[in-house]
Amino acid sequence: MNSPAARHDRMAARRRTRHRAERRFRMLGFLAVWVGLGFLAVLFAVIVDKGAGAFKQTMVRLDIAIEAPGMGPQGTIDWNAMLRMDTNAMIKKALRAAFPDAGSRREKRALYQLVSPNAPFELRRLILDNPDLIGRSATVWVTASDDVDMLAKGAVPRSAPADARRLSDRQVRWIAALEAEGRLETRFNKAFFTSGDSREPESAGIAVALVGSLYSVLVCLALAFPFGVMAAVYLEEFAPKNRWTAFIEVNINNLAAVPSIVFGLLGLALLLNFFNLPRSSPLVGGMVLALMTLPTIIIAGRAALKAVPPSVRDAALAVGASPVQAVFHHVLPLAMPGTLTGTIIGTARAMGETAPLLMVGMVAFVVDVPETILSPATALPVQVFLWADHPERAFLERTAAAILVLLVFTCAMNLLAMVLRRRFEVRW
Amino acid sequence: MERLIIGTLIAGSTVAVLTTIGIVLSLVFETIRFFRLVPIGDFLFGLQWSPQMAIRADQVGATGAFGAIPLLAGTLLISAIALGVSGPVGLFAAIYLAEYATPAQRTVIKPALEVLAGIPTVVYGFFAALVVAPILRQGGATVGLDVSSESALAAGLVMGIMTIPFVSSIADDAMTAVPLTLREGSLGLGATRAETMCRVILPAALSGIAGGLLLAASRVIGETMIVVMAAGLTANLSLNPFEAVTTVTVQIVTLLTGDQAFDSAKTLSAFALALLLFLITMTLNLIALGIVKKYREQYE
Amino acid sequence: MTVLDATMTMPRPNAISTVAALVADSALVGAPATPKMTIRDLNVFYGETSALRDVALDIPGRGVTALIGPSGCGKSTFIRCLNRMNDVIEGCRVEGRVLLDDTDIYGPGQDVVHLRARIGMVFQKPNPFPKSIFDNVAYGPRIHGMARNKDELDRIVLHSLERAGLLDEVRDRLKVPGTSLSGGQQQRLCIARAIAVQPEVILMDEPCSALDPIATARIEGLIEELKAYYTIIIVTHSMQQAKRVSQKTAYFHLGRLVEEGATEEIFAGPRDERTRDYVMGRIG
Repeated sequence: MNSPAARHDRMAARRRTRHRAERRFRMLGFLAVWVGLGFLAVLFAVIVDKGAGAFKQTMVRLDIAIEAPGMGPQGTIDWNAMLRMDTNAMIKKALRAAFPDAGSRREKRALYQLVSPNAPFELRRLILDNPDLIGRSATVWVTASDDVDMLAKGAVPRSAPADARRLSDRQVRWIAALEAEGRLETRFNKAFFTSGDSREPESAGIAVALVGSLYSVLVCLALAFPFGVMAAVYLEEFAPKNRWTAFIEVNINNLAAVPSIVFGLLGLALLLNFFNLPRSSPLVGGMVLALMTLPTIIIAGRAALKAVPPSVRDAALAVGASPVQAVFHHVLPLAMPGTLTGTIIGTARAMGETAPLLMVGMVAFVVDVPETILSPATALPVQVFLWADHPERAFLERTAAAILVLLVFTCAMNLLAMVLRRRFEVRW
Repeated sequence: MERLIIGTLIAGSTVAVLTTIGIVLSLVFETIRFFRLVPIGDFLFGLQWSPQMAIRADQVGATGAFGAIPLLAGTLLISAIALGVSGPVGLFAAIYLAEYATPAQRTVIKPALEVLAGIPTVVYGFFAALVVAPILRQGGATVGLDVSSESALAAGLVMGIMTIPFVSSIADDAMTAVPLTLREGSLGLGATRAETMCRVILPAALSGIAGGLLLAASRVIGETMIVVMAAGLTANLSLNPFEAVTTVTVQIVTLLTGDQAFDSAKTLSAFALALLLFLITMTLNLIALGIVKKYREQYE
Repeated sequence: MTVLDATMTMPRPNAISTVAALVADSALVGAPATPKMTIRDLNVFYGETSALRDVALDIPGRGVTALIGPSGCGKSTFIRCLNRMNDVIEGCRVEGRVLLDDTDIYGPGQDVVHLRARIGMVFQKPNPFPKSIFDNVAYGPRIHGMARNKDELDRIVLHSLERAGLLDEVRDRLKVPGTSLSGGQQQRLCIARAIAVQPEVILMDEPCSALDPIATARIEGLIEELKAYYTIIIVTHSMQQAKRVSQKTAYFHLGRLVEEGATEEIFAGPRDERTRDYVMGRIG
């Protein structure tokens, strides 16, 4: 029976269903947005939580008797003897003096584990820098071991069972004693920014990675920017519109989406094996990154040039400028902000790339800060990747901290690009 | 002088073309050398991947198996999981942005989602291994499932989130490109916004959305670091998302970051894999870009 | 049935009751006692800018009311208020009362979806969906669940196409895309689409301005036929069109309703000077 009244009722009921469906639909959209944003928030929260601690490092204060090695004639310093200084023994002696209750061999070993295995090298460097300390007693701050560091910062709770802490109860008592005497302090971790990689997490830093990344990015920009702008200018302003240029355009768009690892392989096959450039150097890394960033700059440059209205070109030509002059003196300056924005965004991407750098060997364990773009180096994202594999808690902390540094750089560059775009955006 | 400048420009532009040629040539060259050692049929259709090579000619045992199918299966599995996340989430996020968000919300949400695409992949890999994988393992244990500590699911989920902006931004553009008159026509007939979206706007924006999905797929297939850090190195021919699998990209990395002779079949296989990867992603990209270009013309 | 539904209930025209309605409303010149729509104190703002100020108008049922005036005077804004299409525009604020059969459509809890099934709209530029002709016309009925089976749906679609004067031309190609028709045919398709939902009122926003004279003439003939079944409000920038098709005319000027009344009176002897200037062709 399809009387108007029956139909009316049916349609009214259906309207209610439809409105419910509408509300559900809208809710799904809202939830989807929050999945994305929520993940972002959680990601940052986790990284900050895990990484904040790495910016501080626990140090131990020891009174060390710095014994004089052999003195040469007329009181000059015998460098050979200096190099044979047993700083390890000095530190051990100072520790035994602080805690005489360590009797057995095992107890003494436990005591020595309170400071970093790299502490003797720190002491040695200190003495070499300050030779006037020789023959005197000095108060020296050395780096604590990573287990002590974690405990002191509260990353590992003191109430945890001994094997979770990796420190025995006696060691914990010693730590408490040091703290009571003011001999244990957690201060700003300068070493994180000044030292390179190390086997011991407490001495590991991102200096090498930062410099390596910087050099790589500079090489990348130095190569990709000029070639990119040249290509963009030619393709947009001077090239005839034929099948060949259309092919090039498809090519470039495709390159922009090629997986980064393929660029790494190209670098491996061509730059390392064919041209024999130094493996693991920022030069090669930068060249690979340049190949990756080139399409992005070309696309951004072309879009910026396309956005400049023809009236600008026409006006320049009308006053007698040659086509080349018109482009370089009038059009290109107007297209620069857009091109720069794209360049910055592309560079920020290049800075975060890992896979291609792995392929060209920037994965070695590098301790010394690279001096030139030809010296072996690593890059910040690669450092994160390498450290992420280590099980020690202290490395976990540093991995997260390195990520924070990387994100700060990437964010800063993207913000710069946005500000640039907004400030120089001209509405025609 | 003019010609010199233009000549320089032309020279500069050819670098881009040379790059593509360089990629293809170097990959093809090494791949041909590989196929001299391992037959192409074994590679494309082989079901086992264990790339050992005899160290000396007279060494018994340990001949390599270079079948790429397990790798392709792993890639496919992780990509399917990733797209299963980014597809629906990205689409609905775009729907909210295009239809329900106020202009103020749009200016905040859209760039915020794009941040997801700008985060370095090592960070995602770290997060996947550190947070997601343990949660999945715990969660699986409470439900009675055996989720390994390196699983396709962990990597796939995180990659899905990473590619949300690929889908959402392109879908949003596609939807807002549909002429306003179509939307008003539908609303004027008494359709709800959901009905208008599903019956008029989405069908009209379909090709644009497909393009976005294909680009996301291409991105996911070529992703390396997240998988290396979270999904494992075992070449499993299984479609179980709770196990560790490996992908084409991971194998390329493991094969080449070690010390081996450059022309052993092991290292050459990496180039063969890379060529395969390049061809697959290029096909997807070309189709995607073609689709996107076509629908853009439709409304211009 | 909720109270809301009860107040919005009205006998709806279908094929059988059409004849009865014709007979009942044979006296078209003398407007029925209660107007179909009543507008009072209507003010519309886009952000801070005022687009319409203090508009008051009665729309008689079953006939054609024309809204005329120079461009930018607010006619389109006004007509879009009648089916709440201005809700779609961000930043648009509507104040005042618009009554459809004594119920304020802007009142709290009013169902916009239901409203737009009762008040249909035809737009300036024909906007058929990129679907087949059949699916275009069937869109409304499908959404609202008007037909219980395929046969009913077919009947509604064919009937609407016939009323819109399009059936004979497309009877054998209902599956082709609606966008493949000519401009005039597309507009008639849009009219068929609006009719299919069985509205009581049809709003037309300059429906012929994108069409050639022959197509325009066809649509004006169509409006003549349709006025027997529907209340039609048409915005037009052509005074000749208003004279030809409408019984009542309202003149808008710079966001205000200046004068309204029977069409012959407005054009033969307008009271207001602004109306006179426009009608004489001195402005606009």
